[in-house]
Amino acid sequence: MVPISNIRNFSIIAHIDHGKSTLADRLIQVCGGLTDREMKEQVLDNMELERERGITIKAQTVRLSYTAKDGQEYILNLMDTPGHVDFAYEVSRSLAACEGSLLVVDASQGVEAQTLANVYHAIDVNHEIVPVLNKIDLPAAEPDRVRTQIEDVIGLDASDAIEASAKSNIGIEDVLEALVNRLPPPQGDPDAPLKAMLVDSWYDPYLGVMTLVRVIDGVLKKGMKVRMMATNASHTVERVGIFGPKPTSIDALGPGEMGFINASIKTVSDAKIGDTITDDRRPAEVALPGFKPSVSVVFCGLFPLDAGEFTDLREALEKLSLNDASFSFEAETSAALGFGFRCGFLGLLHMEIIRERLFREFNLELIATAPSVVYHIHKTDGEMVSLHNPADMPDVTRISHIEEPWIEATIMTPDEFLGAVLTLCTERRGEQINLTYAGNRAMVVYKLPLNEVVFDFYDRLKSVTKGYASFDYHITGYRTGELVKVSILVNSDPVDALAMIVNKEQAETRGRAICGRLKDLIPRQMFKIALQAAIGGKVIARETVGALRKDVTAKCYGGDITRKKKLLEKQKEGKKRMRQFGNVDIPQSAFLEALKMGDN
Amino acid sequence: MTDMADFGVYIHWPFCQKKCPYCDFNSHVRETVDQARYGQAIITELETMAERFHLANRPVKSVFFGGGTPSLMLPEITGEICGAIKRLFSVTDDIEITLEANPTSVEAEKLAAFRDHGINRLSLGIQSLNDRHLSFLGRQHSANEALDALAKAQQVFDRVSIDFIYALPDQTTADWLAELADILTLGCDHLSLYQLTLEPGTAFTSMAKRGLLEIPSDELSLEMFKETQAHCKAAGFHAYEISNHAKAGQMSRHNLIYWQADDWIGAGPGAVGRIWSHHMPNSENDHETNYGRIETRCRKHPDGWLDDVTKTGSGIAEENQETPHAYAIEAVMMGLRLADGINIAAIEGKAGARHTWLDTDAVARYCQQGLLNEEAGILKLTEHGKTIMNTLIGEILIL
Ligand SMILES: Nc1nc2c(ncn2[C@@H]2O[C@H](COP(=O)(O)OP(=O)(O)OP(=O)(O)O)[C@@H](O)[C@H]2O)c(=O)[nH]1
Ligand code: SF4
Ligand SMILES: [Mg+2]
Repeated sequence: MVPISNIRNFSIIAHIDHGKSTLADRLIQVCGGLTDREMKEQVLDNMELERERGITIKAQTVRLSYTAKDGQEYILNLMDTPGHVDFAYEVSRSLAACEGSLLVVDASQGVEAQTLANVYHAIDVNHEIVPVLNKIDLPAAEPDRVRTQIEDVIGLDASDAIEASAKSNIGIEDVLEALVNRLPPPQGDPDAPLKAMLVDSWYDPYLGVMTLVRVIDGVLKKGMKVRMMATNASHTVERVGIFGPKPTSIDALGPGEMGFINASIKTVSDAKIGDTITDDRRPAEVALPGFKPSVSVVFCGLFPLDAGEFTDLREALEKLSLNDASFSFEAETSAALGFGFRCGFLGLLHMEIIRERLFREFNLELIATAPSVVYHIHKTDGEMVSLHNPADMPDVTRISHIEEPWIEATIMTPDEFLGAVLTLCTERRGEQINLTYAGNRAMVVYKLPLNEVVFDFYDRLKSVTKGYASFDYHITGYRTGELVKVSILVNSDPVDALAMIVNKEQAETRGRAICGRLKDLIPRQMFKIALQAAIGGKVIARETVGALRKDVTAKCYGGDITRKKKLLEKQKEGKKRMRQFGNVDIPQSAFLEALKMGDN
Repeated sequence: MTDMADFGVYIHWPFCQKKCPYCDFNSHVRETVDQARYGQAIITELETMAERFHLANRPVKSVFFGGGTPSLMLPEITGEICGAIKRLFSVTDDIEITLEANPTSVEAEKLAAFRDHGINRLSLGIQSLNDRHLSFLGRQHSANEALDALAKAQQVFDRVSIDFIYALPDQTTADWLAELADILTLGCDHLSLYQLTLEPGTAFTSMAKRGLLEIPSDELSLEMFKETQAHCKAAGFHAYEISNHAKAGQMSRHNLIYWQADDWIGAGPGAVGRIWSHHMPNSENDHETNYGRIETRCRKHPDGWLDDVTKTGSGIAEENQETPHAYAIEAVMMGLRLADGINIAAIEGKAGARHTWLDTDAVARYCQQGLLNEEAGILKLTEHGKTIMNTLIGEILIL
């Protein structure tokens, strides 16, 4: 068995797409974790969606064995993390399980918003950090400039940064040697009572409930009876194993080691992330601090397109939540959309991914409502309610004031787009906190109301900076806002799923914009349709969708029947993608599209 | 029961002199056509169908030579085909035998011969009385030539129908109404007035896609449609179908067969048929010979069709038994085109209870809203309903 002094635990962190997963590929390959035949690009991104989009969604852990230049054998536990801001929670858990980080920076792009966010998290948990300047094979790579940038912007010594190309297999040995020589080994007492951190848990259709653990003290063995310190439930360990990256059984995990266990755990909710696993017969006295729970920041309604699929949707959500504990859902009823669920997500990409998985893995077509943030409604009777759904807003006479979540956003952009970025932030009620330059890149820090950001801010940012800006944010707290609920009425009936909460000053503009968009989104129908936006009883904008003028086939004889029937079927199919509201068919996409703000 | 359906024969002649840019019919341009061989093949196919669908002695109400341009046929060939029809089925004196014709001078010369070989009704594709429009429509004749052909046709045939296309790019309502006024003085008892439609796969459609052609807006074409209905009505024509107007007793009996979802067989390349019969087993294991409405479709390409007929006696490429539900859909979709509407009980007799194919709540709602009219079991479109009938039908049918 390898001594604890020869174990290194590290996370690979970076801005999105800077090459974390590709670097993990090379490390796995050099250490012989997979044969060349088994290897493929970003082998750890094994979810279909990850492969298709080329992004990491779920952190992955691999144990490698490396014989260093000093002739000794080391165990390297690698955690590849996602780069996207929505999955920052995955990163923070990985960081908690390690002693060091490989900070990957794309040498052609330099430091970006998530580079900063992630490295600061790593510094906060006292990680030893090894900077890696990746993609030096690219003609546009400027390792020296990026080295300076790391020192200037992050304040991290980059003189020892390793120049590498994960793609072209340059500098990989140097990375491995740096891990061995620069990162500290874990510490732990093999004789102390078992104390293991429950880093992650998910449901594997073949293996059942999988629990990823990092042993702090003691030894975790097969057959042992363990206790979960938070839930106080005890289970028998049926299997102990490591990912190499293929799951492989071993006898035990000692202090400092990482691996998985299967225990007699029936549901993922019994394996709570952040819990401390201990020996049932000789429990530890104090539990590990655990993690801050992940909080949903964005909520939206998901409704089955086919009302008959409500139960299917519930089952699908239950199944999905088995391996993604970070989203929440509860039943919701909408007059416009019927029975569905109000779901909470870590961010928009997370929301998109869950919707996509529901569609692909469960064949469910859904109508999604526009995302909303969580408002704090302070009522006149002193009660405070968290509002996830604009449709549930209490009567204004019972509201004393409303608070909305604010974020601190960090945006990095080439300075030529700075003007556009500042304009965008101002439009969205932003308050500038800081503006600094590093070379020809500007870094701005803004305070912004989350509801101005949640929906299409990132799209707009990309479009005004031609894709060159990067963005990261975290919630800083709640502030009172001048907020009103704008209802949308179709033929005088309010459509709850289109209601939104906006800043009072913008209400009229937004109301008008929504009516205008709806007018384009709702196809002409047999009768004319009146669209209105209103605050309380006061109409602030109106539009009309004219009635269908003419829709009749001029020629229809014996030979045309089959084709006309097909057209009828297509028409019916199209109608299925609509939601009936009174006499009006509203396309499912309208519920999301209508609220987009667009360019003006 | 169902044997009582009217029965017609459709013959498809798939050749034209030139392809018109708006046309999506199964028509092909050929230097030469072995007419005798095609004529014989049509007869062979009719014989096969007569036997296969047990049609011996079934009374034929109507025969229609369509295309393509059947007026390019040698009159003797139409004569032989008419002869075969008389031989195979049972024919009465009042049978309607229509030939579609293009009004070129060449074809005009042949009209008397067609009459002598069995044709008794002519459907003349004049399309426009305006030379500029005719050339836009890619037609091979001028307005004067067409009027000459019409005059000859009227001398030869008791029943002449004329076809026009309107709602052309740049055409104003006034332009068209002036032309329509002239059309109404031509002394015909049957008019087919079609709004120009961009059919998939046609030259016009690809022009429109490239922005080279723009058809009138819905508003304008609606106005033209309404005016057309009004003027024809004032001139004593009954708008018995969306685009067809007839004086008393002059409706096209043949086309009524389609709109009333009756029975017909279709011979020739791409021709389709619908016929109540015992279904032929599809394979040796399929011993069911259910009685039902069969739909047939012949191979489209003329050479392929000819090949199949030569080898197997028929060019039928598809033959299916229609479900009762599919029949109901067809009966409603086609029947509502007629001013007389549909008889719901009659469709129920063949297709089962209405609630399986008709959304009766929607029907009630649209009756109340003035788009439909139901009286004594007859369901009709109102004038408003007619103009948006595709959407409306989609709303009331249960597919
Ligand atoms: N030229 C070049 N391309 C690289 C290198 N490393 C990675 N890439 C490419 O960069 C893209 C992103 O690589 P990934 O490894 O998926 O990046 P990531 O950091 O894991 O991305 P996320 O998990 O989505 O945050 C892929 O197209 C890689 O092929 C490199 O050294 N040189
Ligand atoms: S003549 Fe008739 S069938 Fe032939 S191409 Fe023209 S419109 Fe089509
Ligand atoms: Mg990755």
